[in-house]
Amino acid sequence: MGGGETERASAPAIACDGVRFCWPRPSRFAIAVDRFEVARGERLLLLGPSGGGKSTLLSLVAGIVAPQQGRIAVVGEDIARLSGPARDRFRAEHIGIVFQMFNLLPYGSALDNVLLPLAFSPARRARAGTGAAARAEAVGLLARLGLDEAAIAAPRAASLSVGQQQRIAVARALVGGPDIIIADEPTSALDRAHQGRFLDLLFDTLGETKATLVMVSHDESLTARFSRVVALSDIARAENGSGRLSGAGAQA
Amino acid sequence: MIVLKLAVASLLNRWLTGLLTVLAIAVSVMLLVGVDKVRKGARDSFAGTIAGTDLIVGARSGPLQLLLYSVFRIGNATNNITWATYRDIAQHPDVEWSVPLSLGDSHRGYRVLGTTGDYFTRYRYRGGQPLVLSPGAVFSDLFDVVLGADVAANLGYRLGDSIVIGHGLGSVSFLEHGDKPFRVAGILAKTGTPVDRTLHVSLEAIEAIHVDWQQGAPVPGQTISAEAVRSLDLTPKEITAALVGLKSKLAIFRVQRDIAAYPDEPVSAILPGAALQELWSLVGLAETALAIVAGMVVATALIGMVTMILTTLNERRREMAILRSVGARPSTILGLMTAEAGLLTTAGVGLGAVLVYGALALLRPVIDAMYGLYLPLAPPDGTELATLAAIVVAGCAAGLVPAVIAYRRSLADGMSVRL
Repeated sequence: MGGGETERASAPAIACDGVRFCWPRPSRFAIAVDRFEVARGERLLLLGPSGGGKSTLLSLVAGIVAPQQGRIAVVGEDIARLSGPARDRFRAEHIGIVFQMFNLLPYGSALDNVLLPLAFSPARRARAGTGAAARAEAVGLLARLGLDEAAIAAPRAASLSVGQQQRIAVARALVGGPDIIIADEPTSALDRAHQGRFLDLLFDTLGETKATLVMVSHDESLTARFSRVVALSDIARAENGSGRLSGAGAQA
Repeated sequence: MIVLKLAVASLLNRWLTGLLTVLAIAVSVMLLVGVDKVRKGARDSFAGTIAGTDLIVGARSGPLQLLLYSVFRIGNATNNITWATYRDIAQHPDVEWSVPLSLGDSHRGYRVLGTTGDYFTRYRYRGGQPLVLSPGAVFSDLFDVVLGADVAANLGYRLGDSIVIGHGLGSVSFLEHGDKPFRVAGILAKTGTPVDRTLHVSLEAIEAIHVDWQQGAPVPGQTISAEAVRSLDLTPKEITAALVGLKSKLAIFRVQRDIAAYPDEPVSAILPGAALQELWSLVGLAETALAIVAGMVVATALIGMVTMILTTLNERRREMAILRSVGARPSTILGLMTAEAGLLTTAGVGLGAVLVYGALALLRPVIDAMYGLYLPLAPPDGTELATLAAIVVAGCAAGLVPAVIAYRRSLADGMSVRL
């Protein structure tokens, strides 16, 4: 690990090699990723239809599940070789995640939700600063994302509008400066006008950090905003219980 | 720390179901502790029915029967003992005091006890408490009667009222000592013992109302008036039993042997404490049944809690996925669910304990007055604390069921939860 720091700093944000993963019963959904790399600071859009394995790939990259085969290096660390708790700690420290919707805990204020990742990672807590400093950062993030004081002060953030909730989710993903932001169809619950505004905010806020963004969507109209667009079928083969892998890679 | 914070926040978010669950557990704990208190109170009250008496003497029979008729006024003596025998026993060198008891008559379902004035000072109950007259005095006249608290309360008698004693037992007497009515001279304070259901008259009065009777019926044409009877010798010919106090406890078994070996008449003496314990071991089966029922109620409340947590699991799948996404381990999810069960149970047990002790503090004078059941207000003892702790542990253990399910789901769900 000693010389790993410099290696890590220059390593790509994400590098998958020969990854094979199969969900346990009853799903048995399997995915194979031969090669997939995301450079530091990239804004990557991963396009794919529903059921194509987008969420599975994100679960792998985030270290929520470990592959049966292959290597997944996230900022230089092969998380496929880490133990479960170590992967969880690694995720808490390096990755911020935004879901499609229902992003917030059903209890707790906007601040409670935003500060949640800091509870699981001492390193991220250290980056965000102690108590008051972390709160100030969280409030600053929320304000920059356009949340008014009333919304920040609301005792139950889950009762706010979907748009407001998504902004809180983004603030939670960004707090403490993680290296990678993973967004799983964060705009699909919003209408067109709100989608545009939300993405503007997301990119503006991200622009101030060096974080890498990996966003998955089935919406091809979003492509213009991203530095690179990848079709899921180009990097991954999915298998639906039948035992056969499908997709572009399968013919290769 | 974060687990406990999240558990509290999550429970507060579902405060109504949480509150109802806590209440269910609290009520079950109240029942469990309450039953235990009543059980102990009943046992202590029972064991304290008679105190300060070293031996009870009666015609030779089983100890339980002797205890039942002499103390509990249940059933009848197989035989009486003669006054001469009683005098001999009373004069035994180890005997400090003795009180003769004569049973056989009744008044509207309540037993009449013929005894001496010493009965009111020698008879002790529940840790040596003496009988208290409120109001009135021990019989000074031949036809004075002292009523137990229940007799006076249930039949509405007051000082100075006139009472006719029926011959024999039974709630309706066809033969009455109507020519020799008694006057209520005193009413005893409530004791919670069979004394409350007894009418006390002097031994001489028992003799007096039977002086013109033979074979259990008045002899026609031989009526002796209440006034004329006063001039007769009213020394009793026989009594039913006697309470005996000894100069030294060490002499108990010696005196018991001496009485059993009394040559002129078959008599026996029993130790009231030992006989009470023997009797309780029969009655005590009910207490075990009560404790089992109360335990079942606690189990039901805990099952209710697990059901409550289980029903929320589906709607909380998203919550678990969010926690996993910010770095919570599956074991944290396990801990969170278990902590919720633990918090609910602890709150329920705490609330139940507070309620049952509060109710005890408020109601014990009422229960004592109404049922003669003395419930001591003591801090929970080791067994009780261990029981309460065991309920909390059982609650946490029961909480493992939904916790393990949530744990497994959080492992299998990954980020793919869509709601």
